[in-house]
Amino acid sequence: MSGLRVLVGCKRVIDYAVKIRVRPDSLGVVTDGVKHSMNPFDENAIEEAVRMKQKKVVKEIVVASCGPSQSQETIRTALAMGADRGIHVEVPAGTDANLQPLAVAKIFSKLVEKEKPDLVILGKQAIDDDANQTTQLLAGMLDWPQGTMASVVSASDGSLTITREIDGGLEDISVSLPAVISADLRLNEPRYATLPNIMKAKKKKIEKMTPDKLGVDITPRLKILNVVDPPVRQAGDKVPDVTTLVEKLKEKGHL
Amino acid sequence: MIPVRQCLKLAPLCCQIRHGSRMFPQLKRGSFNRITDEDVNLFAGIVGQNGIKTEELDHYNTDWLNTVSGFTELVVSPKSVEEVAAVLRHCNGRRLAVVPQGGNTGLVGGSNPVFDEIVLSLERLNNISHIDPYAGIVECEAGVILQNLSDKVGEHGYTVPLDLGARGSCFIGGNLATHAGGLRVVRYGQLRGSVLGMRVVLPDGQILDGRSNMRKDNTGYDIKQLFIGSEGTLGVITDVSLLLPQTPVSVNMALFGCDSFDDVIKCYRLSRQCLGEIVSACEFMDSLCMTSVNDILGLASPLEDSHPFYYLVETSGMNMDHDMEKLETCIEKVFESGCATDGVMAASKDQARHMMSLRENIAPALKAVGFNYKYDVSLPIQHMYSLVEKIRNKMRKTEGAFSVGYGHLGDNNLHLNIITPQYCTQALSLIEPFVYEEVSRLKGSISAEHGMGLKKANYLRYSKDPSMIAMMRSLKDVFDPNGIMNPYKLLPWND
Repeated sequence: MSGLRVLVGCKRVIDYAVKIRVRPDSLGVVTDGVKHSMNPFDENAIEEAVRMKQKKVVKEIVVASCGPSQSQETIRTALAMGADRGIHVEVPAGTDANLQPLAVAKIFSKLVEKEKPDLVILGKQAIDDDANQTTQLLAGMLDWPQGTMASVVSASDGSLTITREIDGGLEDISVSLPAVISADLRLNEPRYATLPNIMKAKKKKIEKMTPDKLGVDITPRLKILNVVDPPVRQAGDKVPDVTTLVEKLKEKGHL
Repeated sequence: MIPVRQCLKLAPLCCQIRHGSRMFPQLKRGSFNRITDEDVNLFAGIVGQNGIKTEELDHYNTDWLNTVSGFTELVVSPKSVEEVAAVLRHCNGRRLAVVPQGGNTGLVGGSNPVFDEIVLSLERLNNISHIDPYAGIVECEAGVILQNLSDKVGEHGYTVPLDLGARGSCFIGGNLATHAGGLRVVRYGQLRGSVLGMRVVLPDGQILDGRSNMRKDNTGYDIKQLFIGSEGTLGVITDVSLLLPQTPVSVNMALFGCDSFDDVIKCYRLSRQCLGEIVSACEFMDSLCMTSVNDILGLASPLEDSHPFYYLVETSGMNMDHDMEKLETCIEKVFESGCATDGVMAASKDQARHMMSLRENIAPALKAVGFNYKYDVSLPIQHMYSLVEKIRNKMRKTEGAFSVGYGHLGDNNLHLNIITPQYCTQALSLIEPFVYEEVSRLKGSISAEHGMGLKKANYLRYSKDPSMIAMMRSLKDVFDPNGIMNPYKLLPWND
């Protein structure tokens, strides 16, 4: 099997190592001036596509991202990792927080119509909304098979064998192409974008689009009512012996 | 076989502990008194029973590198400046030798007893008294762990102007007493420039109160500067006021692979020209350093191939777009000029942390391989690596030995390490005094940031004129006429 075209999705999110702060209006988190990077699961998705290209299973990698103008940096990182060209579906800054999986899935379904890939690889979930929905919605819209939470992917003659990480352990499935898969963290170790590649990536093409041009209505269907910090963890008590422990447990009504 | 693996194969399973006194067999115990039960009870009366330790003292007696170990029988941990003063007053009256100790992360055996000196631990003086969020000033006690200080001031958008690998264990008091350098000197300058005020207890128990929060204060002699870098030989630092820089908003890290040290210097020069004021760290390491952290600690290099040298540059600024523009120009220029053959830029905080950890974990990795002979020297930049090559040549016939060079390129500070499977005087004789002679010949410093401690005290003359050393002795007599504060350290005891 060779010469596949892969469409990979990536999302610009707040860097996973940043300490999140809730906005004063309690409707979201502070994003201004905060470090953003590519969603970690999307790094695994890109890495998998690049490895498949190195094995000559894949011929072309198209990377797409939906978001504000800064999403271009995320696309450039993907290009530096080895993607061939990019598509930036731009939404106005500020509205990107309300861009929900249903809208993203619709956008990707239009991109699939346009680009005609054999395989779509997305990250399992974004670390800002933890939704884990886009892959499944997209597969449903396209009526394509899906291999979600993939931790091993191997290609052979028109189909893929996928090991999925599920609650009970690991599940092996086989999907025929075209298909949609979502990458889990253990799928691979994403490479660093080397500087010579970052420079080369500047010359790679990024096509600009909008949801309007694709004919997609991105109006959110879910409304965020309130965002709060988790309750502060109470300090524990150290007791000198078992008798005191039992006493305290009784006092607090746990026994 | 790669030198690292060869050395590991020959090293005994346990680390060698060289007792300070045995490492220098000619070093004799000073004429101090020995502690009695009465002394212990008196100390318990001052600091409380919780502040006295007479058992399980290995942790205080032995240094982090497992190269020196003393024989103290008593650790006293006061929790206020008054308690420190009372303890010292008694020690001075009784002629009992004292070693002030912070996080015990020193690398020259300066924080450990050599014989039975009492260890005065600052661990209970760990209060952060005040943070001024407008002026960017923190007042705290000497026993605050650097990482904790950093976290606390971080809550107000400030950062400590000092960062080093030992941050999870070292105390700010120890950092001051040793005038620690670290990764950010190239950006924030030396630590003494950020100290606004200090309170110190003299060996006779007198409290010297130099606490101040003034940014500029030219009223008389700046006595606190004497204590900074005095390595606990003039008194005990108990409180400090530090000036804090803003926490940078945008931090970036780039690692370059270079073919020669000359290329590293070219890379460094270009990066400083392009990046200017946003540079916050310039470090280098050679290929054996990278191999060590890869093999011993399993930390992978972000570059595909291995390179003879690596140059790491970190930028910190307040505007991401501005910094990225500068970095991109820098990268273009570096590759155009050919002084680097490959490189990576961190795309996330995680990647940046990993890249810095490669540099910070060299010392722990080497420590695990065998016995480390560590040299921390300042040299003119063009001579920094030639010293490593000369030593490597001298050690070529010693089985299992290998030499590495790494360090703070931006401060012209080389960390030269020679590793042998175990300590042996024959290897030491090949290295010393050759290293010191070379450094002296090039008019460098035999101790850029680690200090003199016990291990280097006798070599002071290689970097300081006799008249300077004589003046240091006079000052020591002024502050500590009974010589009880950290004896056998810093000043030569055997010229």
